[in-house]
Amino acid sequence: MIEVKNIVKTFDGFEALSGCSLEVKPGSVYGLVGPNGAGKSTLIRCLTGVYKPDSGQISIDGEPIWENAGLKSRIAYIPDDLYYFMSASTREMMNFYKGLYPKFDASRYEKLKDVFTSIDEKAPIRRLSKGMQKQSAFWLAMCQCPDYVILDEPVDGLDPVMRRQVWSILMNEVAERGISVLVSSHNLRELEDVCDHVGIMSHGKILLQRSLSDLQDSITKVQLVFNEIKELPQNLEVLHRSEVGRITTIIVRGSSGEVLNKLSTIDPLLADALPLTLEEIFIYELGGEDYHVKDIIL
Amino acid sequence: MITLNYRDSRPIYEQIKDGIKRLVVTGAVAADEKLPSVRELASSLAINPNTIQRAYRELEQEGYVYTVAGKGSFAGSNHQIDTRRIDELLAAFDKSVAELRFLGISTEELCSRIHDPKEGE
Repeated sequence: MIEVKNIVKTFDGFEALSGCSLEVKPGSVYGLVGPNGAGKSTLIRCLTGVYKPDSGQISIDGEPIWENAGLKSRIAYIPDDLYYFMSASTREMMNFYKGLYPKFDASRYEKLKDVFTSIDEKAPIRRLSKGMQKQSAFWLAMCQCPDYVILDEPVDGLDPVMRRQVWSILMNEVAERGISVLVSSHNLRELEDVCDHVGIMSHGKILLQRSLSDLQDSITKVQLVFNEIKELPQNLEVLHRSEVGRITTIIVRGSSGEVLNKLSTIDPLLADALPLTLEEIFIYELGGEDYHVKDIIL
Repeated sequence: MITLNYRDSRPIYEQIKDGIKRLVVTGAVAADEKLPSVRELASSLAINPNTIQRAYRELEQEGYVYTVAGKGSFAGSNHQIDTRRIDELLAAFDKSVAELRFLGISTEELCSRIHDPKEGE
């Protein structure tokens, strides 16, 4: 269980994290999303003990992470900007990691060789392409048999086959060993498949965190055609409304059942509830925070 | 076997649920035969295992599958299936009837169709 309570981190007076709290339950896959500069990477660096937060608590399985080598050996972290020693090859890094991680499994390394066939294990990692460096990092991370996997933009730079491959290996680990995963990504389509919990970050805070199914139940898109009553019921919390011809599309808070129930009072000619994608939820939730796509012509 | 369509507006768990249900309903997996495990589906589809668990849990409540602790999920037989599904299908039927009527199909034609359904056409 990862618990973060009210952490604050400032850089030169700039508050990157301002009272951020989150919770990752065991065996769950947590997706961290948010606009650029929201503080996702800073939060991850605090979580992995790279940064020391100015205030607040971070604990993993009840222990603080800061300067805690025993705890860190159970965590695999793949940062956004990878770092490898000068001219170190994947095989050499494997030998280095073997000495660092007590649960390091060399047989996994050999097995995964069949997956990452495009990587020459003897080639210096720094000479590989960006995507291949990511593959190499993932290969080594999986050999650590971690209890926690923390990933910052993990599939950024990977080709479609490799992305699926990486997720497939991770999902297998979640099902088999019950590992917990925290992943930050902008690929919301992909997160929708792999996550069960989502936290939306904005301005150094978690705007909301919920299970994906609750999140999808908390907001609904309805297409409706009015009958005699042309007004929406007062008790609906409408986030967005647009009209094309006679069809009105509204985005409302509440599950589809609740919303349709409330709408039945105005007896619409037609009312269809459509589920929202994570991408749409992201846009509408942040729309309230005054962050949206602006119409601009150059 | 079970495929996900990303253009489909239905949530992933519902697509998985329908996929498994189709296996059971069409007899592709016979009654009391073992269904793919959560782990198998999670890694082959690259989907969160909890999502697949949820699909199985709901199918179990509806009676399409049953679970044996420690052994996995198995296909159920038709008499266990919940009446709610019947209501759902009837609602879909009503919708189709309304549209067919709008398109000028008479009640007699619809009735004769019920007596002699053209399956799979």
